[in-house]
Amino acid sequence: MSIKINKELCHGCPHRKEGRCERICPGNLISRKNGKAEIEHPQDCWDCAACIKSCPANAISLYLPEEIGGKGAELSAQLKNDEIIWIFRKVKGGEKKYRKSLTVEVNNKENINTQETKKRKVK
Amino acid sequence: MEIKIISRDLVIIGGGAAGCYAGVTARRQEPDLDITIIEKAHIERSGCLAAGINAINAYINPGETPESFLEYVKKDSHNLIRDDLVYSIACGINKTVATVEKWGLPILKDENGNYLSRSSRSIKIKGEKFKPILANKVREERIEVLNRTVATNYIVENGRVKGCFAFNIRKGIFYVIRAKAVICATGGASGIYKPNNEGKARHKMWYPPFNTGAGYAMGIRAGAEMTTLEMRFVALRVKDVIAPTGTFAFAGATQENRLGEEYLQKYDQMSTCMRLYATVQEEKAGRGPCYLNLSHLDKTAAHRLYDSLLDMCPDLVLQWEEKGVSPDEIKLKIEGTEPYLVGGHCQAGYWIDINRRTTVEGLYAAGDVAGGAPKKYVSGAFVEGKIAAENAVNYLKRRTEKDIDISYNLIKKEHKRLSAPLNKNGIKARVMEKQLQQVMDEYAGGKSNYYELEENQLLEARKMVRQLKKVSAEMGADNLHELMSVQEVLDKLEIAAVLIEHLLYRKETRWPGYQTRKDYPDLKPEWRKFINSRYNKVQKQIEIIEREYKPLAAYKKNNIERGVVV
Repeated sequence: MSIKINKELCHGCPHRKEGRCERICPGNLISRKNGKAEIEHPQDCWDCAACIKSCPANAISLYLPEEIGGKGAELSAQLKNDEIIWIFRKVKGGEKKYRKSLTVEVNNKENINTQETKKRKVK
Repeated sequence: MEIKIISRDLVIIGGGAAGCYAGVTARRQEPDLDITIIEKAHIERSGCLAAGINAINAYINPGETPESFLEYVKKDSHNLIRDDLVYSIACGINKTVATVEKWGLPILKDENGNYLSRSSRSIKIKGEKFKPILANKVREERIEVLNRTVATNYIVENGRVKGCFAFNIRKGIFYVIRAKAVICATGGASGIYKPNNEGKARHKMWYPPFNTGAGYAMGIRAGAEMTTLEMRFVALRVKDVIAPTGTFAFAGATQENRLGEEYLQKYDQMSTCMRLYATVQEEKAGRGPCYLNLSHLDKTAAHRLYDSLLDMCPDLVLQWEEKGVSPDEIKLKIEGTEPYLVGGHCQAGYWIDINRRTTVEGLYAAGDVAGGAPKKYVSGAFVEGKIAAENAVNYLKRRTEKDIDISYNLIKKEHKRLSAPLNKNGIKARVMEKQLQQVMDEYAGGKSNYYELEENQLLEARKMVRQLKKVSAEMGADNLHELMSVQEVLDKLEIAAVLIEHLLYRKETRWPGYQTRKDYPDLKPEWRKFINSRYNKVQKQIEIIEREYKPLAAYKKNNIERGVVV
């Protein structure tokens, strides 16, 4: 498994000693080269998605490697205080978003969101 | 590498569930202590909880008791566990879970305010931020964390642990950490067996590939007694994406073989390892692959499933999206992973007493690296972290600075050993690792042999691992990251050698699937005993020690309850 870092979106977290993804990766696999984040050892990635959630530019996504039949779709995420938004980028273009609450108080609200997504999906 | 010597009251190796809870417990008990957690990755997202989890699987729900929990774990582990350890965990889990809820972990509740149960021993949580919540608490309690710092060995003199050696993989600092007490909470070991996938998917595994067994290896080298390594853990998972089968079972999926038979019914005495064993047997008999059949789920259940998987295994959702299918149309292939050593699911680890004291003075163990208590999972790791910390603090109060004086020779020796591979044009760690994984897979019951073990094969494995250990001195590293990889492979070799001895010694099949002896296929009552090992540093060989099984009544039950609950 591995991640893709979009060089155009990555701003390299300027003024930081370590890039956010570089700081968080449990495998010590990411570093900055010429002001952009790079995954140095893609074969060592566990796809925990910690880097993806830490990226303010939404520049990192997961993909399924060919070894297990991946076709090129990507999964990215935006982590907010009390919710996470998962974003699928399809092979042929186009996006699909899933909004998930991370708190228990707004549990009902989350169900509504999921249903809306479902309706969209049916169309 | 620059040498930095620091002195602390308490050092905790590993900032995962057990380590974080241990740190906070120690701080609360003695507010003025110098406590340091050394963490191989970054504490914010390290260890098993990096991606988040959606349930706590060891909890006493209404209707359950610590006694019923103990009975369940014992039955599931085919009657060989440390009753005292498991019972102490059962007595402590609800309280630690409530504490972590106060720290900010969202736990789902029903309309009466009770935790929403998933099963009799499991509750549902919103665990995406589980690890950041623990890390935040550690920060709040002013506990020092050394991130990107890899522990390499304990500092042992006169049979007593006086701290540990470590090095920072970003700054290249060699740390000599003197400490009055050490808690080992490194987690278990993956990467000893050949992974199921190759190339970019090689780390598509169940257990964190970054948990490389440092705690086990350091313990072995320090002469600590280790237990039940032969009870390896193999997870039954959705092929390739490693999604947990439990989530599907709770959603109502059925488990079928290629012929559409619900095959689990054919096997007696269902337990966690038997579910794996049954699946492997179906494959072996030509009735595989086996599937989770979701086709009878209604749309609502299917979409709820979709939803709950995003938090834990987004890969599967990604795969479905790619294929353009929805869960209610699918049959998911399931299979066993490669074997791991992990004390939180099975019971490979340090032989500890009820106070989580190892057999080496000054050293305590908690979580996946501690043995004898299967199915403790994250909440059990909290309890062990708590007990270990309380006892380590009591112990260190009796120690003085003078007690942790260490000879300069020890420092020099470890510094030389550790940095030797740097800038050496030698064998790459990944090449060495691959050879080990291949040997273990082929000769020590890997997946390609249906996890089956046999004496002659194991003797062959013993020979080959010894050979690899000799060659391992030739490893070289171009940078600090590779130096870490070298240390990881050395640790894995150490563990593999001891694991083989355990596998050889148990002449019965106690846990089919996890430990299937082709040459001793039956469970034998006389083998209801623990197999422990200890590395004899003088004779440079591994000694096996048998320890008897004792029922809970043989331990001082009141002490266990008092020690943990109060």
